[in-house]
Amino acid sequence: MRLTIEGARVIDPASQFDEITDLHIAAGHILALGAAPEGFSPNQRIDARGLIACPGLVDLNVSLREPGYSRKGSIASETRAAAAGGVTTLCCPPDSRPVLDTPAVAELILDRSQAAGNARVLPIGALTKGLEGEQLSELVALRDAGCVAFTQGLRPMGSNRILRRALEYAATFGLTIIFTPQDADLAEGGMAHEGPTASRLGLVGIPESAETVALARDLLLIEQTGVRAHFSGLTSARAMDMLADAQARGLPVTADVAAYQLLLCDEDLTGFSSQLHVMPPLRSADDRRALRQAVQSGVVQAIASHHQPHEAEAKRVPFAASAPGISSVEILLPLTMTLVADGLLEMPAALSRVTTGPAAALGLSAGQLSLGGAADITLFDPAQACEIGRNWLSRGANCPFIGKGAPVAVTHTLYGGKLVYQTH
Amino acid sequence: MSLTPHHLQLNQQGQLRHFLTIEGLSRELLTELLDTADSFLEVGERAVKKVPLLRGKTVCNVFFENSTRTRTTFELAAKRLSADVLNLNISTSSTSKGETLYDTLQNLEAMAADMFVVRHGDSGAAHFIAERVCPDVAVINAGDGNHAHPTQAMLDMLTIRRHRGDFENLSVAIVGDILHSRVARSNMLALKTLGCPDIRVIAPRTLLPEGIDQYGVRVFNDLRVGLRDVDVVIMLRLQKERMQSGLLPSESEFYKLYGLTRETLALAKPDALVMHPGPINRGVEIESEVADGPQSVILKQVTYGIAVRMAVMSMAMTGQTTQRQLNQEAN
Amino acid sequence: MSTLPAVDSLLSSMADQLRAHLDARQISDPAFVGIHTGGVWVADALHAAVAPEAPMGTLDIAFYRDDFEQHGLPQRVRPSELPFGVDDRHIILVDDVLMTGRTIRAALNELFDYGRPASVTLVTLIDVDARQLPIRADILGATLALTEGQRVKLTGPAPLHLTLTDAATN
Repeated sequence: MRLTIEGARVIDPASQFDEITDLHIAAGHILALGAAPEGFSPNQRIDARGLIACPGLVDLNVSLREPGYSRKGSIASETRAAAAGGVTTLCCPPDSRPVLDTPAVAELILDRSQAAGNARVLPIGALTKGLEGEQLSELVALRDAGCVAFTQGLRPMGSNRILRRALEYAATFGLTIIFTPQDADLAEGGMAHEGPTASRLGLVGIPESAETVALARDLLLIEQTGVRAHFSGLTSARAMDMLADAQARGLPVTADVAAYQLLLCDEDLTGFSSQLHVMPPLRSADDRRALRQAVQSGVVQAIASHHQPHEAEAKRVPFAASAPGISSVEILLPLTMTLVADGLLEMPAALSRVTTGPAAALGLSAGQLSLGGAADITLFDPAQACEIGRNWLSRGANCPFIGKGAPVAVTHTLYGGKLVYQTH
Repeated sequence: MSLTPHHLQLNQQGQLRHFLTIEGLSRELLTELLDTADSFLEVGERAVKKVPLLRGKTVCNVFFENSTRTRTTFELAAKRLSADVLNLNISTSSTSKGETLYDTLQNLEAMAADMFVVRHGDSGAAHFIAERVCPDVAVINAGDGNHAHPTQAMLDMLTIRRHRGDFENLSVAIVGDILHSRVARSNMLALKTLGCPDIRVIAPRTLLPEGIDQYGVRVFNDLRVGLRDVDVVIMLRLQKERMQSGLLPSESEFYKLYGLTRETLALAKPDALVMHPGPINRGVEIESEVADGPQSVILKQVTYGIAVRMAVMSMAMTGQTTQRQLNQEAN
Repeated sequence: MSTLPAVDSLLSSMADQLRAHLDARQISDPAFVGIHTGGVWVADALHAAVAPEAPMGTLDIAFYRDDFEQHGLPQRVRPSELPFGVDDRHIILVDDVLMTGRTIRAALNELFDYGRPASVTLVTLIDVDARQLPIRADILGATLALTEGQRVKLTGPAPLHLTLTDAATN
């Protein structure tokens, strides 16, 4: 299959390339940029004038809900939704059912993803068996089965000693650990940010210190063990300070934040809408400002969707009884583009937060446009506003942005040179 | 900033159609509620303690949390309005079999319930029902989690107004476990809206919620300072669980520091009102002699509670009826 | 359009009628009940003129109206106040304007929730002859014929004074 994309503004943040030019693709790889190679005649041309072509987005946290939660989603449905969002590489967390703690589960996910053919799925393995926090999973076997990193998610480790030893073991083999710091005891029973809004609504609060106490512990153990570390889904201003300090001291830690955390805060919890129930919780407006600044400065080099689709019944209950999570992989790009519209970032920098930034954090070869590299390309119209939810593909409609306007619209998504999504 | 969307409790004409929280309600509306409740008080003194306002209507008490006292006063209030009353104690029935809150209430609505009185352990449950389940059936919040208990607040306000007069000259202290108290939250909002200039909360830091100043109250950790010269003391119940979760060392230490005794009550004005939403824990937050003493209006609160609930139910039914008519006219 | 009578002369005539009525029925110990708001003013006047030592109460029929379903609670509700026992009592029930009769029906319903009176005598200042229920005044000031959309209203408390409004100004 030979394809030429004509006249797009091609932006590759990794190489700082930003020019209007043509892209030529063959056999699933990028053949050339600019003039077509001698004798190249494409089967298909895409008129991309006025559009932006960037590397296919890399989303570090996308729950596919398979195996185990078929009411909420499947690999097929959620990768299709990802493709509609311009995401061509995604990492799925290990909290499936069964938990991703054996190579068999990793293989199942990879097989099904390949069969669906919508996006590249890179599984994140469970750090401990069953995510119970006690026994180490067979990390090397999982790596060999395709896991690119390991995490405990929000589940606690049995003790600091167990955590330290897990990190030492992972460091032995150069494995990357993803941390979402939240002290389970300080957070116990909580479902909203501990602050005036939660008090007013009578919701049990999760103090900022639940995040920072665990973060401090994690940073010290990372320093002690030398393990490769990435922080996913931090929420507080204080955490941003601690992260920046650690980086300044030379600790090579990276971080991503959830896209929705850059737009929403606890003041949005009007009327107890369960659509805004997320974990870790939406924090204050000041925290949101600090997250946005950290994304701007690059202390946080990646934005991830933290996509968690749910069936309607899971949200059609009072706030406290609802399942936390927002379905948002298909709007990762539009949400990120609001930062450009707000003047926080220029277009290439914003794009790097969802392409090369996340790829570099986990050492993935993705998120770049390189000659001979995989033709994972996203085309979008930067001037075309659209209504979110018009053609919603995720099985979970639990998204507070549905019905709102988005500043950009994905027009084409190419995965391995194949057109896996196109607007009509 | 009101966290309750305006359209939820009020109909197009600004009349009450659900009673979920004091938040977002105007001083005029709250005053109208108190005036209406005053009229209903008189009904309770007659031979036939009934008026035919809600005759033919079905009021469902849907209680997910056990509470004989509150349920009984709501039942009495509904019956005095001549309504038919259905009592559902859901703690034991269908939701334990997995039927969702949503389905339970939709089934009741299908059985032609005209009004739901709901008590639930989750903050926001009444909002959820009014907004997502049955917008056309009046929902009265009988207490949702830690969030609100608006009828209790209004009966407390009626008590204060009847015994102490206008709120503009009063100093009111709320003492105890503010953190877990929906009564405290609703009372602070009601007092503020009705123009009380000096609202005090008295509690140790472990029992105070974050951002308490947003309610416009003065915070005291020392009972003996906070009670000085107040006109009204509202004592809150202290639950045993608070000792287990590390918020307090013991009941006796709490009683020593925050208990309302004859000695500490003497710091307030000589005719200060003693109030408590009940049930009282004698010897934990309040001394028996004070609870039963001449300044206590605790038993009167119960009587006022019936009148307030009658007022709330009538007004909400009016609001729903009017909205229904407006909807029909628009079609 | 009829000319409006002077309230004072109506009240004088009604007081005479009431005295005669009480004598004929041999009622020595009546109780007066005025219906808010105009009925209370009329009751006050008759009470003072005929039997000032008799007890007097007021009724607000808001909770007994038959149109709750259509109109809900009225904006202002005042408490009713009957500072005497109703059982075995001869009640003089007083209102200002008798129109459809529904107000009187509501007042009777409310009265009977207080107790069982020995008798109820209905006294109204004006009857506009627009009855929808079989209710008639025992003692009446005057009958007025109104045109479509016209309403008559008693204003007070001093001086008491009848006014006519028509549909346009209603």
